[in-house]
Parts: sequence; structure tokens; C-alpha cells
Amino acid sequence: MKKGKFSILEHELVPEHMVIEESEIKELLDKYKIKKGQLPKIKLSDSVIKEIKAEVGDVVKITRRSRTAGKSLSYRLVIE
Amino acid sequence: MRLKRIKGVKFGLLSPKEIRKMSASKIITPDTYGEDGFPIELGLVNQRIGVIDPGLRCKTCGGRMTECPGHFGHIELAASVIHVGYAKLIYRMIAATCRKCGKVLLGEEDRKRFLEEIEWQKEKQADVGEVVKLVFKEAAKSGVCMYCGESQKRIKYDKPTSYIEIDEEEKGRRLMPTDVRERLERIPDEDIALFGMDAKSARPEWMVLTVLPVPPVTARPSITLESGQRSEDDLTHKLVDIIRINQRFMENRDAGAPQLIIEDLWELLQYHISTYFNNEIPGLPPARHRSGRPLKTMTQRLKGKEGRFRGSLSGKRVNFSARTVISPDPDIDIDEVGVPEEIAKELTITVNVTERDLDAMRETLKRGGKHPGANYVRRADGKKVKATESNYETLAEELDIGWKVERHIRDGDIVLFNRQPSLHRLSIMAHYVRVMPGRTFRLNPAVCPPYNADYDGDEMNLHVLQTEEARAEAKILMAVKRNIISPRFGRPIIGGIHDYITGLFLLTRGDKRFEQEKVQDILNKIDIEDLGEPAGTFESPAGSEDSHLTPYWTGKQIFGMILPEGLNLQFRGKICEKCIERGEECKKEECPREAYVMIREGNLVCGIIDEKAIGSFKGIIIDRIFRRYGEEAAKVFINDASRLAINYIKQTGFSFGISDEDIPKEGKEQIRGEAVHEAEKKVEELIRAYEAGELEALPGRALEETLELLIMQELARARDDAGDIAERYLGIENPGVLMAKSGARGSLLNLTQMAACVGQQSVRGERIKRGYQGRTLPHFKSGDRSADAHGFVRASFKDGLSPTEYFFHAVGGREALVDTAVRTSQSGYFQRRLINALQDLEVKYDGTVRETRGIVVQFKYGDDGVDPSKGEYGKVVDIDEIIRETVEVEETGA
Ligand SMILES: [Mg+2]
Ligand SMILES: [Zn+2]
Ligand SMILES: [Zn+2]
Ligand SMILES: [Zn+2]
Repeated sequence: MKKGKFSILEHELVPEHMVIEESEIKELLDKYKIKKGQLPKIKLSDSVIKEIKAEVGDVVKITRRSRTAGKSLSYRLVIE
Repeated sequence: MRLKRIKGVKFGLLSPKEIRKMSASKIITPDTYGEDGFPIELGLVNQRIGVIDPGLRCKTCGGRMTECPGHFGHIELAASVIHVGYAKLIYRMIAATCRKCGKVLLGEEDRKRFLEEIEWQKEKQADVGEVVKLVFKEAAKSGVCMYCGESQKRIKYDKPTSYIEIDEEEKGRRLMPTDVRERLERIPDEDIALFGMDAKSARPEWMVLTVLPVPPVTARPSITLESGQRSEDDLTHKLVDIIRINQRFMENRDAGAPQLIIEDLWELLQYHISTYFNNEIPGLPPARHRSGRPLKTMTQRLKGKEGRFRGSLSGKRVNFSARTVISPDPDIDIDEVGVPEEIAKELTITVNVTERDLDAMRETLKRGGKHPGANYVRRADGKKVKATESNYETLAEELDIGWKVERHIRDGDIVLFNRQPSLHRLSIMAHYVRVMPGRTFRLNPAVCPPYNADYDGDEMNLHVLQTEEARAEAKILMAVKRNIISPRFGRPIIGGIHDYITGLFLLTRGDKRFEQEKVQDILNKIDIEDLGEPAGTFESPAGSEDSHLTPYWTGKQIFGMILPEGLNLQFRGKICEKCIERGEECKKEECPREAYVMIREGNLVCGIIDEKAIGSFKGIIIDRIFRRYGEEAAKVFINDASRLAINYIKQTGFSFGISDEDIPKEGKEQIRGEAVHEAEKKVEELIRAYEAGELEALPGRALEETLELLIMQELARARDDAGDIAERYLGIENPGVLMAKSGARGSLLNLTQMAACVGQQSVRGERIKRGYQGRTLPHFKSGDRSADAHGFVRASFKDGLSPTEYFFHAVGGREALVDTAVRTSQSGYFQRRLINALQDLEVKYDGTVRETRGIVVQFKYGDDGVDPSKGEYGKVVDIDEIIRETVEVEETGA
């Protein structure tokens, strides 16, 4: 990142995105009895994905503030 | 059977070869039935192309009337004919191709460029139409063929199906369909792609017909009239015409008739085939029936509201359903529906006769056509017999296990009840049948809100469930009592409206006393065994010599009788005037307006029951009973409350008439003077200040805006003041005020406008200023800024509006009308789009929301997994309430 440029990750409206480990992915897929392709998707061109340098095939964990639940977790598969 | 996914749909043209291949019979004779009454061989109602007569068998597949789906036949046309549906495309194609070699008139480079562009569009799954349009445009420009050097001639398209070639000397030569076909044949396969088509499935010459497919008779069945005469379908009529002309054409040509006659017949054949496809072609007179009615041909079958798509496929009619006007009946349960006997005798449920219901079904059958009877019996061998006056006795005797009886619906059967527009799931709910005399469906007014129904002529639909599974599902998921709480906002949507609220309001207000007989009268439709201890005794008849002390019960006590035992609840009713919000202390039990409702151990300790307590959308008591005691208790409570309210209001009487808008003279003067005149004077003062340049602009406003704003404020206050004065003079005993305050119907604003002052009319939030230059109407001077020149209506509806006031009111009213019209159509469309996008999503057993492919949309439904109709206003539990209750239990217990 260039000096002086604002990082979107800092913005309060951008929830926390985190690439998760292979083992955690397996746990997640087992929990919901799904295949990787059944996860919600996020594009590689997404600003946050570019910023955190995630790659196609990675799964990101997104932690959001939620009006109903306080904190909510969701996962997305990075695609082309 | 394995489910298959549709990968794609391919459209193409039928080639003559294909038409002949799929044909089960050649059609030669225009006749249908012979002397013997049987279909004629090689005729239009040929037994090879399907059977519509019972008893006959199909000569192609061997099936009977119900088994054979029908098969296509074909007519060999004596001369080729343009397909009207493709006439325009044919024109573009012959104009874009060389008249000699058939190649598309594009240079190699253009050709390549367009082909690539089309390929790219297809890859993107986008529309190739735009590119193809360009191809036609470019190719039609060329005067000389770049491949064979032939100079091209201009083509004129003469609607609907003629093409004329014009040479240099401006002489025209008609291209006959055969010429057209030859030219299309010459277009090489490689060039077809330039038209966005695929030569394998659509060669352009197939757009000129040489063979005509004949649809199976099952697609154009004849009907037998009452006179025994056969009446053929419009398509059959049309096909008869086509075959006749086709034959004449052949005969004349074979006999060597003059060219002129041949051409005439050719034109006639073209006309019949064109109208066979579409009988509404501009420029062609529609083909008519003998009676003069235009024939309904192919296109007419598919097109429009009544057509196959919109009429038959998207909108289907169903059996086992009924529709009629609804009317109110507060004496039936909220989950019942009153069904007219006439309808009950028509709608049936099929009962599989078993050991257990054999006797009962015999009894039912024996009743014949009388109400709880039966209409049809299906024997064990599958034969269906109608139960009639003459045979029901014997049918009842014969009835045996394994038979099926189609019995009338009767009290207690579960049915689905629906009112359009079905905007949410509560628009279709399951009710229990209650057969009654009359011709309307009866509905408890408490269930009007979910259906958004009223009784000004609304009609509703009823569907009888036909399987045990459907009935079980309806009972568990769709029953009215399951849907008392709306899934939209988590509060009761079923509850008291109008008179229910007024009735309970009057009953529970103040200290009403009733002696035993009265109490029992009020409660006569409610199942209450014990009246409990009377509240006290009074002298009755009062002041008389032989008066004696009689025990009495209060209205609040009576209301308490329908509350579940042990119910504890307290809240501030609708009539509370926001004591706490205004910074005053709520006096609770001592509230002078009785606005504080307290229920202890199932007794109404204090407070008046109003909309907030039992109304639909609010209904705190209903809500609490539903959550604490369950749906059945809530249902029983609403039933009891509606009967109690109606019974009481019936006995006291309640009405509202024009004289209830009367305000005494001094009140009128006060309104005219204190409220209206004062305000008008202030407005004049504002205008004077503005004109003198003394007015100061508000921040962010122009001077003129400021003036308008201040005037609006002043006039709005005038109306409010007028309303306050009116309310004071009308008093709480006024039925209008009472209805507004209790939430039964109407608002104080409505009353103000009726009794005191209608107030400022506005368009887009501003005073009315449109009309002439500088004035709204010729009655005013140009530049007049006064109140009455810009839509202030000082009169009340009761007084009557002056002509100018009346006009301004119409101007303001129009905006409201337009707004609602626009809003409903826009929100309706938006809702449809939302529903279309979301309808296949499902909450799975693991709490995830997924679409049909199993892709997760939400990992937990709504992030918290709470069903809004089950949780406490968006939360899983209401902790505050639990604490309050626990503390109370401990306090009272201690
Ligand atoms: Mg209506
Ligand atoms: Zn058949
Ligand atoms: Zn050429
Ligand atoms: Zn209060």
C-alpha cells in the first residue's frame, strides 16, 4: 500500500475479512455437510479480497456486526 | 423417476422432410365425417391422427380417446406459400443476398467481422439481434454482387406476403413464392450464420411452405350441439378451406387453365394459409365464420389474456373450489367459515370406505341429494356412479369396503380460504366449515385484517382439500389459530376491529353495574359456568318502595371472565395521553382517564379495554395469551371477546349520525373567531410584513419560502386549534370522539374536518399556487397571498364548502388519489420482483438458508435464527419481562 493512502480495511463499514486455514475449511464444510462450491462466493476483484491478498480457492471468514445477533459469522469462497 | 435439469431450449424451423416424417396421415379430403357417422379416411378428422369419439381406437397408436395424445397429419401443397410469420424476415434475406448466386452481399472482411461479433455475442449468451440487424442493413446496400458480379435489383415488400423486384427502368415484377423459395435455397449454409441462425435447424427456404402440418384432432375437437349437430373447431374450418383451394388449384393447373386464374387461386391459397396462422394480419380481411364472427386461428389461440400462455398455463382454474361474496358473522369462531348449503352440496371430499366408516357412509348415501349426502360413488372396480334420487337406496345397500364415496363437505371439514391479492401467506388460511343457509360465505370480522377484507362486496375463494396429507398440513401450518401472530411484525394480526373495540371500551369504562340477569344476557353466547362473587349490591329498582338489595357485577368483572385464569399484565392503553413521554408521572391505578390497564390473576383490576389491548396489529392481551397459554387459548379469547363485545354493544346500542357533528353556537363562534379568524389576521400581518420588507428570512430559506412556511404553520395551527375546540364541545361521550379515542374507527383529524374546519389544502406539501398567472382562480386578484386565495378551507364538511373551497379540496384530493394509484402499482411490482428472487430460498434443519442447489445464503437465518412470530419482538426472549414477573411472583408469594 502506498504511503498516505487510506486502507478500506480501516473503514467502519467494512467488516473483518480473514482467510482461514485448510483445517478450518474442512471443519466448516463438515459442519454444514456441504462442498466448497456451496459456500457463498466473493470475487477476486472485490476490493477487500485484493487488499488482504486472498487467492482463488481461499475461504474468507467475515465477521459482521448484526442488529439481531450482535455478531454474526459468514464464510465466502474466493472465485475468479 | 430421475429428476433432470433442463440444459437448454432450441428453436428451429420444421423442414418439409420433418413435417412428412412426423405425419401419421396425408390429408386429402376436406370432409370430416361420412354418411355412416364415422370419420372419413384421409379426411380432416381422420382416425390416424387421433380420436375424439368414445369407443373408437386410434389407427396409429391403438389408444382410446383418453389414451391417444393425437398425431400430426400433413397436406401436400400444390404450390408453395409464404409463411406470414416469417414474411418480414424473408424480405430482409432476399434483399441481403445475391439474386443469382445467393451469397450474402458482404465483402470478405465485413463478413468475417460480423461472424466474429455474432460468435462473441452467443458466447456471452447475449442477444445477437442487434448485430444481425446491421448485417441486413449493410448487405442490402450493395448494388453489385462482389462474388459473381451480378447487378442487384431493388426489392419492394408489399405487405403482408408479396415481394416485387424493381429493375432500372422502375418496372416491377412480382416474385412468386416459388421464386422466393429458389432464391432462399441458393443461400449457402456458411452464410446462414450471418443471420444469427443455424443452417442445420433452420434453412431459410423452410420459411416458404410446401407441406402444411395438420394438428391432431385432439387439438381441435368438434363439439356436439344440443340438437345433435356437430360443430367443428375454427381450425378445422380453416383447414377445410385450405384443402378445397389446394384441390382446385391442382385441378386447374392440370387442366392447363390460364395463368391469370392460376395466380388468383394461388393468391387465395396464400390468403387461407396466412389467416390460418394469424387472423389479425393488418391489410388482410379476417376470415369469418358463417355467422360473421371472425375465426380464432393459431395466433389467436396463443395471444393475449385469454390465450394459452396467460390464460391456460400461468392462470389455471381448479376443481373443488367455490367463490362468493363474504359477509360478517361474529357468532362463528374465527377459524370457521360459513358455507352456503348450496355450495356445500356441490363441493365434495372423497372418502375411502373402510370397515370403520361403512355404516356412516351408508347413512350418508341414503340421504341422496340432501345436505350431508353424497354425489358420486366409485365402485371397487373403478366405475363411477352418480348418486341420484332413483338409485341412492340401492347404492347404499351395495356399498362395500374398498369403494369410494364423494360426500358433501360438512361442519368440521377443513378448507382453505383465500382473498386476492394474495400478498402474504396469511392471505390463504385454513378454516373449518360451518354449513349455513344463505348465499354468502360468512367470516368473523376479527379475521378481516390478515385478508384485508371488508364486506362492501368483497368475494373470496374456498378450496376443499382432497388428501389426508393436505388436510394434516393445513391443520398444522395454515390453521387460523396458528397465524394469529403475524410473521411480518411479530404481533397479533387477528383481533378486534370497529364495534368489537367500541363494545369492550364501553363495557369496561367506568363503574358499570349489571344484575345477574343482565350479566347472563351479555354472556349468553359464551361458555362460562361461574359468574364468581358479585362486586356488591345495589337497590333495585332504585328508590321504589318494594326495592330490595340486588347483587351486581361490574363491566370490568365481566371482561375478566373471558380472560384465562392467572393472567397477569399491565400496560398503558391507547387512551393514555403520553403522560410519561410528556414528562409527567403515570398515576397508574389512579389514572383519571383509566388509561392504565392492570390485569391480575385473570381479572381486570383497572383500566379501559381499547384498541391497544385487543385490536388487530396491537392487541397486547391477545399477544400475551398467545405466548403464555398457546394458540388455542388465544383463539378462544378472540372468539369470546368478539361475542362479548357484539352482545354488549347490541344491547346498549351505538350509532353515529350527522347530528353528532353538531357543535353549539358558542363553540362555532369560538372556532371561527379564536382559531380561524385569529390565524387569518396573523397571515395578513405576515403578508404585510413581507411586502414592507420587514420579514426576516429563516436560515437556509429564501424570503418568499419563509413567508409561505410561516403562513402554512399558522394555518395548520388554526385547524388544530379548531379541532381542540370542537373536541371540547363534543366531549368524550360523542360517539365520533369515542371511536377515535378507543381506536375503533376514524381519527380526531377526521372529526375536526367534519365538525370544525377542513383546513389548508396542499399539493406537494405547499399551498395551492397553480392556475393562472399570479392567481389560482379568476375569483382572486393577481398577487393575492391571502389564506383563502391559496386553498385554505375554513368551513367544515358539515357546514359545507364554498365553491372556491370545494375546488381547492378537489385539487388537493387529486394528489392523494394519484399518489395511491402510483404507489400501489410500484410497490406491487417491487414485491413481485422480490418474491421471484426469494421464493426458492428455504430454511434448512441446520438453521442455514439455502437455495435450490444447496448453496448457502445465510449461515444462520436472520443471523439469530429467530422466527419473528415466535420470538419476543425481535429478541429470543424478553428478559425484562421475565425479571418483572419473577420479582412479582416473589413479592406476592412473600
Ligand atoms: Mg372491499
Ligand atoms: Zn394415437
Ligand atoms: Zn452473386
Ligand atoms: Zn397515562
